[in-house]
Amino acid sequence: MDAEIFRTEWPKLVAILVRDFGDLELAEDCAQDAFVEASTRWQADGRPDRPGAWLTTTARRKALDRIRRTANYKTKLEELEVRAKRGPDRSAGEIVDDQLALLLGCCHPALGLEAQVALTLRIVAGLTTEQIARGFLVEEATMGKRITRAKTKIRQANIPFRPVDRAVLAERLDAVRHVIYLIFTEGHASGSDDSFVRGDLCDEAAWLASLLVQLMPDDGESSALLALILLTDARRATRVDDSGIPILLEDQDRSLWDREKIADGLRALERASRQGLGAYGLQATVASFHAVAATFADTDWFRIVAMYDQMLARGGGSVVALNRAAALSYVDGPAVALVEMDRLAADLDAYLYFHSARAELLRRLDLTEDAKAAYERALGCNPGVAEAAFLRRQLASVS
Amino acid sequence: MQYALLLYSSPDAGPQSEDDMMAEMPKWFAYTEEITQAGAMKGGEALQMPDTATTVRVRDGQSVTTDGPFAETKEILGGFYLIDVPDLDAALEWAAKIPSAPYGSVEVRPVMELPDA
Repeated sequence: MDAEIFRTEWPKLVAILVRDFGDLELAEDCAQDAFVEASTRWQADGRPDRPGAWLTTTARRKALDRIRRTANYKTKLEELEVRAKRGPDRSAGEIVDDQLALLLGCCHPALGLEAQVALTLRIVAGLTTEQIARGFLVEEATMGKRITRAKTKIRQANIPFRPVDRAVLAERLDAVRHVIYLIFTEGHASGSDDSFVRGDLCDEAAWLASLLVQLMPDDGESSALLALILLTDARRATRVDDSGIPILLEDQDRSLWDREKIADGLRALERASRQGLGAYGLQATVASFHAVAATFADTDWFRIVAMYDQMLARGGGSVVALNRAAALSYVDGPAVALVEMDRLAADLDAYLYFHSARAELLRRLDLTEDAKAAYERALGCNPGVAEAAFLRRQLASVS
Repeated sequence: MQYALLLYSSPDAGPQSEDDMMAEMPKWFAYTEEITQAGAMKGGEALQMPDTATTVRVRDGQSVTTDGPFAETKEILGGFYLIDVPDLDAALEWAAKIPSAPYGSVEVRPVMELPDA
């Protein structure tokens, strides 16, 4: 089975089946059966001209077979006839609606956030439970239970997988974007010893974001999310060294940044910016200033600070203020930035990156003892293995 | 599909005086009227305060009766609606319109469907 075909056809097929049969588990099982059959039949007979139509026909047949085997199949088949009146072949527009309904259903607010994340990867991206479990560093059985519990709630509480009204669409899309962004940040989290698996999650998040943009091409924040993911992920190869220890932005080898991702990200950001930038748009813009700077010294810090100002004006919290202060250190110097950062001490005292960012400023100001103390504080905030190694190295370098 | 909308709120939230309670009544009447007109209303009642509750448990065949609600909690069950709507989204919409939702909570529980005898 061609991975590309699985990618594009899987969510369409599941979405069509959910709409046809109103049963998520049946849809998933039959989509899987159809792909299994395709992998043998296509090898023998060659790939059909319209693989999507072949898969849909096969999966529908399998679904009807399964329904006939159940006890009250006559009632069920009658119900299904009503749905089937829509016609056997979905228009492209209907398939878009079906896929959007599938995404919105998986990210339904009646499900817990962890369940939304797991279901989106399972149902929309077609990952196996084992793959998802590895990505989130939990036992396969734990992830399996999480997915089963979510499916049970969907069935028993009758969580709908259908298009939603315009009035609530914006809010529901926020939830979808949040889930995709969480998948990305989980993959992007540095200091993990199994960066290979984590990288897979970044790819899944990028793919989900591009699917969302395909389904909602005029939605600016969705394009902005795709841009943010691509522009950040373009630096993947340079973010940690061979032993998994984080490399500071200023020390990264920019020649290894993924030019294709940067170009795609900038295009997505351009599309997003036509409608005015939202929260993801502002973050993506910051990422774009880093992505296009030929060297660290060339970074347009002035405009990065301006972006953080806008985030703060829209209710951004202390972490945004911390990022702003770090950027400000390259505009007005580390002394000015330190004053800004120290104002955040009460809010961010338990935050590792507050102490490590502060330590960097103190190091640049040659306040060696204070810098050492700040690195020690960061080390006291439960860093991961790789992060701790990084902090200890920084600490040693000021001693 | 049927859902129970269980109305919880803290006794010190919402209208406190007799006058305020009277003032809120029209909202409840309007809500009940709206949900009935929509054909979604299956039933529902307001409940007396939990200090009027009596709890019964049968243990080893013996009925044990105690004074008070089954659990002492800050938020108390004040009443319920039983509604019949197509899916959870529809139930959540009705839940959000309940007059006590701004100061209390509405728990939406699907009613268990028992197989036909």
